[in-house]
Amino acid sequence: MKTGTSLLAPGHRGCAGCCDALAGRFLLDALGKDCIVVSPTGCLEVFTTPYPESSWGVPWIHSLFENAAAVASGVEAALKALGRKNNTKVVSIGGDGATLDIGLQAISGAFERGHDLTYVCVDNEAYMNTGVQRSSATPLYANTTTSPSGRESRGNPLHKKNMPAIMAAHGSPYVATASVSYAPDLMKKIKRAAEIEGPTYVHIHAPCCTGWGFDSSKTIEVGRLAVETAMWPMYEMENGEVTKVRKIKDRKPVEEYLKVQKRFKHLFTKDGAREEVKKIQELADWNAKHFGLE
Amino acid sequence: MKNKMTVVEGSYAVAHSVKVCKPNVISAYPITPQTHIVEDLSQFVADGEIDCEYMNVESEFSAISALIGASAVGARTYSSTTSQGLALMHEALFNASGMRLPIVMTVVNRALSAPINIWNDQQDSISQRDTGWIQLYAEDVQESADMTPQIFKLAEDKDVLLPAMSCMDGFILSHVYEPVILLEQDLTDEFLPQFEPEFILDPANPMSFGAFADPTTYTEFRYRQEEAMGVALKKIETLANEFNDIYGRYYGGLVDGYMLDDAEIVVMAMGSVIGTVKDTIDMLRKDGVSVGLLKVRSFRPFPVDAVRKALKNAKIIITLDKNISVGKNEGALCTEVKACLHNTKMRIPVIGFMLGHGGRDIPMGTIVNIVDKAKAAMKTDSFIESGFADLREDL
Amino acid sequence: MTLVIKTAVKPGSTIVNKTGAWRSFKPIFDNELCSKCGICAMYCPEGVVYKLESGYYEPDYDFCKGCGICANECPKKAIKMVLEEK
Repeated sequence: MKTGTSLLAPGHRGCAGCCDALAGRFLLDALGKDCIVVSPTGCLEVFTTPYPESSWGVPWIHSLFENAAAVASGVEAALKALGRKNNTKVVSIGGDGATLDIGLQAISGAFERGHDLTYVCVDNEAYMNTGVQRSSATPLYANTTTSPSGRESRGNPLHKKNMPAIMAAHGSPYVATASVSYAPDLMKKIKRAAEIEGPTYVHIHAPCCTGWGFDSSKTIEVGRLAVETAMWPMYEMENGEVTKVRKIKDRKPVEEYLKVQKRFKHLFTKDGAREEVKKIQELADWNAKHFGLE
Repeated sequence: MKNKMTVVEGSYAVAHSVKVCKPNVISAYPITPQTHIVEDLSQFVADGEIDCEYMNVESEFSAISALIGASAVGARTYSSTTSQGLALMHEALFNASGMRLPIVMTVVNRALSAPINIWNDQQDSISQRDTGWIQLYAEDVQESADMTPQIFKLAEDKDVLLPAMSCMDGFILSHVYEPVILLEQDLTDEFLPQFEPEFILDPANPMSFGAFADPTTYTEFRYRQEEAMGVALKKIETLANEFNDIYGRYYGGLVDGYMLDDAEIVVMAMGSVIGTVKDTIDMLRKDGVSVGLLKVRSFRPFPVDAVRKALKNAKIIITLDKNISVGKNEGALCTEVKACLHNTKMRIPVIGFMLGHGGRDIPMGTIVNIVDKAKAAMKTDSFIESGFADLREDL
Repeated sequence: MTLVIKTAVKPGSTIVNKTGAWRSFKPIFDNELCSKCGICAMYCPEGVVYKLESGYYEPDYDFCKGCGICANECPKKAIKMVLEEK
């Protein structure tokens, strides 16, 4: 019987076109068998492990929503204590809610303690598992079920939290941003992060067709647009300094990214929100300038 | 030299016991009155007397979470906490027991806020009674020290595999200096086997832990935990005897009696108050009062049969609780005892007294008053409601 | 009563769940147009597009959910999404 091309087996219950499934696959393709994966609660955790099944071809543990980094640090400590650490990589992969919101303290603690682990955030910019509620990773003006647009609202009024900067400020030797739409680059960064000793962080931008409102075939395309418009800058940081960026040729206006997603539809109605689109464009411009993307 | 008594602080005696149990990973966050245990353990690590990973985590929540990961890798794991710290762990306590990870924790019992209070009662661990953790309560420092290897062996037993709390009263036991026998390394090595779980997180045999159970399987996970508690119930007795064989000390298994067999009035209690109760009984016995004690060592699993058997000659039962189920006006021990007698032919009145909250002292006089009330109730065949035994009238 | 419920489960065991039944549109691969670049396999969220010995690619319809990413990403437009007939 065919069991899939990856260590993340098929048969999981991810939506058709799921970005998390892609991120999970790329993670294991990059790491190979010699790793232990810790997942916080979230889509990836739920859809890969309906008891008594599991998609994971590597040792895997899910404990709670907010403690994955702490669990991972315990895994790493135990491997060391038992003399089994060797080359085994300890990796945690969680969503933006588990990373930027509820799990932030545990991540901060694990990074401060300097464990040899890699934390991977799969950022689809809202609480998708519970039905697209706003998280602190939700971008400005995006429509979610708890930041809906309406007569008095243009959607999420707050800016996306800059998680990579927070992780870099912890003194992490390696922090990188990546996108599911650039698989080879993503896998290279995960490999790099895992190989570097100490706590490292990879933040993956992951378009969710269900939550963002686009056809399941467009997951990769939408992610690419985020990068091509500079809405999602791709860079690597070593010891707090940006050392590499992915340059953009012919940067596209943000409308091209926003218009293909239902979560921004309210900005493009007849009485369209030109001011809001302009503000989003300013964010992209800032990214392009700050990271030297052009 | 064996059986040498040393005067040490209660926390030190327990920390020493943890040391000789050779945990692989210790993870803890400091909180009064648990601090001396983790300080002593840290010193053991600093002096190279214990070979383990000691994790100074940023919260109790991460302390227990790290041990969930470590235990799943196959490590012997230990933590200690109290009060607010234990409450902060609440969610993860269910998780550890549901995943059947035999983490051992010393709970240095303390009151819960508000109002904030750092002194002893048992509201903290009692409030966690449904989390699926074994809970044993120690009477004195020696028992706290001796309980440690017993509880590791119990938790890690392949037919049990449940996390376990060894409970000792804050300050009263943790900060008291008493002559104790520090546990011998060679005897402990003989008593406590290696932790060898069937499944671990290991790239050579990649199993998944913590899967998502739907309504078709969830119930059976709970059933299996209850079944394991049933096994633990038997093992607690066996282990107490095994411990006695090797170390020569015994505190009862699930329960222990004092002047119990002929007692009409039976006082039931847990923890350090037992000492005061025993002294009070000695005094009252001299006055001809037919009173005895039933000490409860194991609160989870609750020893229903052992309690029924021990109470068979009692005429009236008094329970002492350093906790309250607010809205029920009684403590947890009282509720348990009533419940375990109800579906029998035993018709013995149970009066619950709550006392010692937030570190309020429990002098012998308080126990005497309680026994007097029970005597009066027995004589007049009248009914007494449960309630607080040591309320101040002047506040 | 002894139950066989265990807290640890076996790796890769979701393969008993044939998600091909979810599909509304089926990807049909045209080898005449295919340049063997492998992008279809790389971006399959199920990881079920296999490279054949010939160098061409073939999806496993037992698991393919019909998301259409392979067709959308194919630089040669060699994959067509066709309405599933069941």
